[in-house]
Amino acid sequence: MKASVGGYARATDLRHALDLLARSGGMGRVLAGGQSLVAAMNMRLSTGDLLVDITRIDGLRGATLNGDRLRIGALTRHAEVGRDPLIATHAPLLGQAVGHIAHAAIRNRGTIGGALAHADPAAEFPACVLALGGTIHIEGPEGAREVAAEDFFIDVFETAIEEGEILTAISLPVAAAGERQVIRETARRSGDYALAGLCLVRRPSGHRVAVFSAGPRPILAKGAAAALDEGKLDDAVAALQDELDPPSDTQASAAYRRHLAGVLLRRAVADIEGETA
Amino acid sequence: MTEAFRDRIDIALTVNGEPVEARVPAGRHLIDFLRLDLGLTGAHASCEHGVCGACTIRVDGESVRGCLMLAAQADGADVWTVEGLSDTGAVRDLQQAFVERNALQCGFCTPGMLVAAEELLSRGTVPSRTEIREHLSGNYCRCTGYEAIVDAVEGVAIARAGKGAA
Repeated sequence: MKASVGGYARATDLRHALDLLARSGGMGRVLAGGQSLVAAMNMRLSTGDLLVDITRIDGLRGATLNGDRLRIGALTRHAEVGRDPLIATHAPLLGQAVGHIAHAAIRNRGTIGGALAHADPAAEFPACVLALGGTIHIEGPEGAREVAAEDFFIDVFETAIEEGEILTAISLPVAAAGERQVIRETARRSGDYALAGLCLVRRPSGHRVAVFSAGPRPILAKGAAAALDEGKLDDAVAALQDELDPPSDTQASAAYRRHLAGVLLRRAVADIEGETA
Repeated sequence: MTEAFRDRIDIALTVNGEPVEARVPAGRHLIDFLRLDLGLTGAHASCEHGVCGACTIRVDGESVRGCLMLAAQADGADVWTVEGLSDTGAVRDLQQAFVERNALQCGFCTPGMLVAAEELLSRGTVPSRTEIREHLSGNYCRCTGYEAIVDAVEGVAIARAGKGAA
């Protein structure tokens, strides 16, 4: 189908973008890579939007290292995340995730900020940022604020971003010496959304496990992580089953998703141990 | 709605090497702008939600989905379609390989396949069959079963590498 759009404006800078959103009477939608938003408009899931195109805003793109934090601009495209040497060194999980996100042509346009703001529960980047303990940077009419990833994802397609605000960047703690990060997922076809997926981070301070496509938002599996901290993999898999309440749909049943999550956890641990053996 | 938002947008871009100026509806897909306004019907509009890959074109040097980009976003862009890539000879060897290997039947997916395959080959390496399959996994073909397409792309990759080494 064809998109039904109420209007379009190209923001010249962040202040202009916020001003446009403020003047949109609640119909404003931020257009970045557009790989989910334009698809939704084409399917007429969203009509009459006033699009605020932020893609020309300088300074919202690329990764920078500030001490022990890695900051990634919202407009950094998936393909750029995949080939950025800073990200490969300090947050390798994100680079690994890119290989699972859709297809080359979509990675060339889609942005990490867009993926986080869209908050598809089956998407990879939200779970990665949750597993890494990242921070989401948001700009609004009243200025800038920060939200921890654990408080950012609320429900299906729902985040802590308030009306009139724009996600500008994420920041992450850089990987510690000896830290291991791995993402695993099962999809029916390469590039499709995962039936279930899992991010595992092993830090000197402990494990972090985030599961996606197994609930209304990415889930931080603290029980599973605590069991892994004690070196008890079977307990971790058991804990994971209790922590997840995945949906059943035409793709997979809840029981199958729960089972997959356990399998993926075992594989992720094996990946890490294979790497360090 | 405020005056800040327009339902018709003036754009100036380059298409297949030629400058183009136009006024487009805000919701016009780039693929429809190319097909309906410019008559460049090589790339196809099909699923219109980014799954099938038939609308794949090149924008600023990279493959993109023509159905997931608005024409308004293409202001200032350098756009290439299969017509332009054919005219310059950039994909001639790929096209010949597709014909020789019977890597197309109805031809509907072929322009998108060529643009996607050319992006992979432009890296200058010889990709494995697995890498070729992975790269083309976003382009549906309902006729060939993909084997001949992978053959064609692999053959061109090997031929180009040989030519570069000679």
